[in-house]
Amino acid sequence: MQALSNTVTNYLVLASILFAIGVMGVLVRRNIIIIFMSIELMLNAVNLLLVAFSVFHNDASSQVFVFFIMAVAAAEITVGLAILVMIYRNTGSVDINALNKLKW
Amino acid sequence: MLQLAWLIPVLPLIGFLIIGLANKKLNKTLVGIVGCGSIFLSFLIVLSLLINVLNGSIKSETLTYFNWISAGSLDIKLSFLIDPLSVTMMTIITGVGFLIHLYSAGYMSHDEGYARYFAYLNLFVFSMLILVMGSNFLVLFAGWEGVGLCSYLLIGFWFKNNDYNNAAKKAFIMNRIGDLGFLLGMLLIIVTFGSLEYSVVFEKARSFFTPGVAEPVMIAITLLLFLGATGKSAQIPLYTWLPDAMAGPTPVSALIHAATMVTAGIYMIVRSNVLFSLAPFTLDVIQIIGLTTALFAATIGLVQNDIKKVLAYSTVSQLGYMFFALGLGAYSTAIFHVATHAFFKALLFLGAGSVIHAMSGEQDIRNMGGLYKKLPITFITFIIGTLAIAGIPPFAGFFSKDEILAHAYEHSPVLWALGVVGALMTTFYMFRLVFLTFFGSFRGTEHQKSHLHESPLIMTVPLIVLAVLSVVGGFVGVPEVLGGSNFLKSFLSPVIAPINEQAGHLSHSTELILMGISVGAVLLVIAITARIYVSNKTVPAPEGSELSTPHKVLYNKYYIDEIYRTLIVKPLYWLGDIFYKVFEIKIIDNFVNAWGKGVDRGSAGLRFLQNGSISFYMIAMVIGIILILFFNTIIKF
Amino acid sequence: MDQLVFLILSIISIGAALAVIFSRNPVYSVLFLIVTFFSIAGHYVLLNAQFLFIVHIIVYAGAILVLFLFVIMLLNLNKTDQTEKSMLPKVAGAISGGLLLIVLLGAVKGLNQAEAAQAVNADMGSVKNLGKILFDEYLLPFEISSTLFLSAMIGAVMLGKKNLKDH
Repeated sequence: MQALSNTVTNYLVLASILFAIGVMGVLVRRNIIIIFMSIELMLNAVNLLLVAFSVFHNDASSQVFVFFIMAVAAAEITVGLAILVMIYRNTGSVDINALNKLKW
Repeated sequence: MLQLAWLIPVLPLIGFLIIGLANKKLNKTLVGIVGCGSIFLSFLIVLSLLINVLNGSIKSETLTYFNWISAGSLDIKLSFLIDPLSVTMMTIITGVGFLIHLYSAGYMSHDEGYARYFAYLNLFVFSMLILVMGSNFLVLFAGWEGVGLCSYLLIGFWFKNNDYNNAAKKAFIMNRIGDLGFLLGMLLIIVTFGSLEYSVVFEKARSFFTPGVAEPVMIAITLLLFLGATGKSAQIPLYTWLPDAMAGPTPVSALIHAATMVTAGIYMIVRSNVLFSLAPFTLDVIQIIGLTTALFAATIGLVQNDIKKVLAYSTVSQLGYMFFALGLGAYSTAIFHVATHAFFKALLFLGAGSVIHAMSGEQDIRNMGGLYKKLPITFITFIIGTLAIAGIPPFAGFFSKDEILAHAYEHSPVLWALGVVGALMTTFYMFRLVFLTFFGSFRGTEHQKSHLHESPLIMTVPLIVLAVLSVVGGFVGVPEVLGGSNFLKSFLSPVIAPINEQAGHLSHSTELILMGISVGAVLLVIAITARIYVSNKTVPAPEGSELSTPHKVLYNKYYIDEIYRTLIVKPLYWLGDIFYKVFEIKIIDNFVNAWGKGVDRGSAGLRFLQNGSISFYMIAMVIGIILILFFNTIIKF
Repeated sequence: MDQLVFLILSIISIGAALAVIFSRNPVYSVLFLIVTFFSIAGHYVLLNAQFLFIVHIIVYAGAILVLFLFVIMLLNLNKTDQTEKSMLPKVAGAISGGLLLIVLLGAVKGLNQAEAAQAVNADMGSVKNLGKILFDEYLLPFEISSTLFLSAMIGAVMLGKKNLKDH
């Protein structure tokens, strides 16, 4: 029992670190593709944590939830990359600071 | 018949609503019928109530309609009181009011504001009836305010003239100053007695306080109530509005400023005679102010040249006499004088209106003269009214004025002498008015001369009726010395506690001598006046000529208006100006505008947050998430 | 033994994640992301989530990252990124990320020790068990997710189409 709860704490820390790395990637990088990848990293951190919790609580619904998160991530990437292709066609670059026309 | 008592004020109110809302859509005849008819129906109901009170079947009935204000322990109902005093006042109001309505139908027939006039007049009668029918001070005050409003509306009836508007404003504002005193008096009554109902207040006053012992709270209450009365009934110092109120149509002057509204103050004091008798100091004050006003106004009236102004100052003077009577404790005498004054003053005003109508609008008596040939009925009725006001027996004014003088003599011969002096001045200026207007030769323009005509029947019939009343109206109060039983005094005695009414202590012979002296003096003055104005054919100096200093002071009304203007009106305007320039513009406007400017500048500053840079947005988002997590998990409030 | 494997896998994932965000070349970032995903899949194995392990590999490494590579190659982005002119966004980003990490770790620190489940079903993550739960309780979300895919497909196709007039 103690080991089990230790394990969850370990996974909590690991997931937090991965999540924070993902956030940093989103904020620091200017390439839109890298930003998408950092978002995927964040989602994966969360998946990992959910699975750890499902083992800890002996509840399989968390794993089902992970399944759905993966499905949604796939759909999201699809549409996101399609939009990215359109942006490239219209502005010629994938720099995120090129998209600053929606301002005062 | 008591069940119909509520109709008495409501009928004029309905008349007001019908005429007021329909205004130009009704034709003039219909307006006249509705306007006069409503008052006539009220008069019939009042007559039936009067008969019932006379034969004793109604002593003093309170008809409650509904709870008006219930706040804590204070309970004020809308209720009417039918007793001898209120029935007397109601008879005068509806009776004389009806006659004046009839007269107005003829006088104002060429005016385009005909419907509006009758609407206001009906509203006025409604308010006045509410005033006298109320059974507590608040209903009285509601009527009080209502008549003040109607006075404003009717004085400024021809609103296109700015001077008339100013006169109307002056009347209303001076009334309001008095009303402040009235309100404070009412509040003190609530604090002292816990209620505003007449029955409750007077009962408690009788039990709380012993007569003869000076009580500060009673003096305060009565002084404040009297202040209200000075405003409404044009006594010193709040009288200057009444001469200026002559700017309104003449029937208005007759109804409001002679017969009814200005008597509201006297009615109020007579109604509260229990309270006033517990404050002898106030009664002394009332005596002094009443007598002073009577003499003061009479002196001004001696030299006025506008027919309506003379009558206005005469009204102020006669009101002074009524207050003088009140101050002497002779409450029923004051009511008697109210009634007789209503008859002959209304008659005089209506007669003046008839003269003005015939003279195509001219009001200056220096341009009149010799009208007795062309205006016979007006002339005869006007003479009757003048004889009544001068106090010649057996006309009405003699009995009422004589009773006042008799009571004055009981207090001190000096007061009596001053009263007689006032009466003599009254005689002088009234007969001066008559002689200059009706006698001698015509001094006006040819154009006016060609239009001189007697007034139509609808105007002369009220004159005749009022003349008859001026002759016989005094017989309700014939004193014992002359064989009568002073019916009015006994009629009103239930309302006026016996201990308050100063019983006549004069011996019969003294009273007869006093009567004889005053009548003799009056006749002498009439002779002197006739000699000046008829035999010597003196005409007052035309406008703009040099006058001797005492004459000038009197002619300019002792410059009281100018004094008020400098001492009170100008500082108030200055104060208002300061409030506008400093407070309104600098402080309040800036405060309000500052909010707008602040929002404007704030948004101009915050606008730069929307700079379109996605990385900036994302950093902001993450910082927000950090803060939320921080305040939810690590620091728990 | 378990702990050692856990530690190694964690180091690999964190190291590869850092490499993802710090690489200049996008293709290198994708490759490092694949390494990260595989190490996370290893964690799933440790946790005995067999079904998810397989699905993770198939979906992520097999589909999503391939898609990424497609787009990078399509748009010819394998050149190195230009360097940032000012350091401010980078510093701000790094600080924000660091703050988030600190807050999360602080939150973890503040947690009470929870009770672990008594009887652990070791077979919980098997295909059979997970399938039972998926098609039993979560049938509706399952069906709706197919609609989600449909709409994503349609969206992607519509967005990616070249406008015939511009051609």
